[in-house]
Amino acid sequence: MSTLEPAITERIQSEINSQDVVLFMKGTPVFPQCGFSAAVVGVLSHLGVQFRGVNVLEDNDIREGIKTFSDWPTIPQLYVKGEFMGGCDIIREMYETGELMEMFNTHGVDVSPQ
Amino acid sequence: MAMQAHEIEELIIKAFPDAIVKIEDMAGDGDHYSCYVETKEFAGKSRVQQHQMIYQALDGRMGGILHALALQTKIPS
Repeated sequence: MSTLEPAITERIQSEINSQDVVLFMKGTPVFPQCGFSAAVVGVLSHLGVQFRGVNVLEDNDIREGIKTFSDWPTIPQLYVKGEFMGGCDIIREMYETGELMEMFNTHGVDVSPQ
Repeated sequence: MAMQAHEIEELIIKAFPDAIVKIEDMAGDGDHYSCYVETKEFAGKSRVQQHQMIYQALDGRMGGILHALALQTKIPS
């Protein structure tokens, strides 16, 4: 596992802190450029959760840095109130079991299923 | 560059000898797999930690030569 430059760590941390729900993704919430990112955007939109998308395709330092930061090899990555929640498989599984909704509730994030 | 299903299975079994592993080649291209892993080593771990354990067993291949591995993990009941 490579170490991260402090400046990159700082930038990633400030992205994570910028909003309650932050999704590191390929493309944007309106125009995802990867099926896995699109799947998570779909789930969040379906639950009516406000989130910010960080497009890793626009920034290679963040794209590679977030993998080390989270110790997670793939994109998308979902953060809720600063806590790493997982990638596409976990979010999809939690959505199907109802745990995702519960997690947003316990974290005090507004949910309004569409 | 892709990986064979049996290579993925061998790496997981090497790390978790008791594991039940089921792998499916979803696109038939050796690059998009779904993988189910059940091992008692997952006990007490979060889902994120369980997936991290599998990624560690794959030793850097995930996100590299292995593009897509839809992962489902389970603690034996």
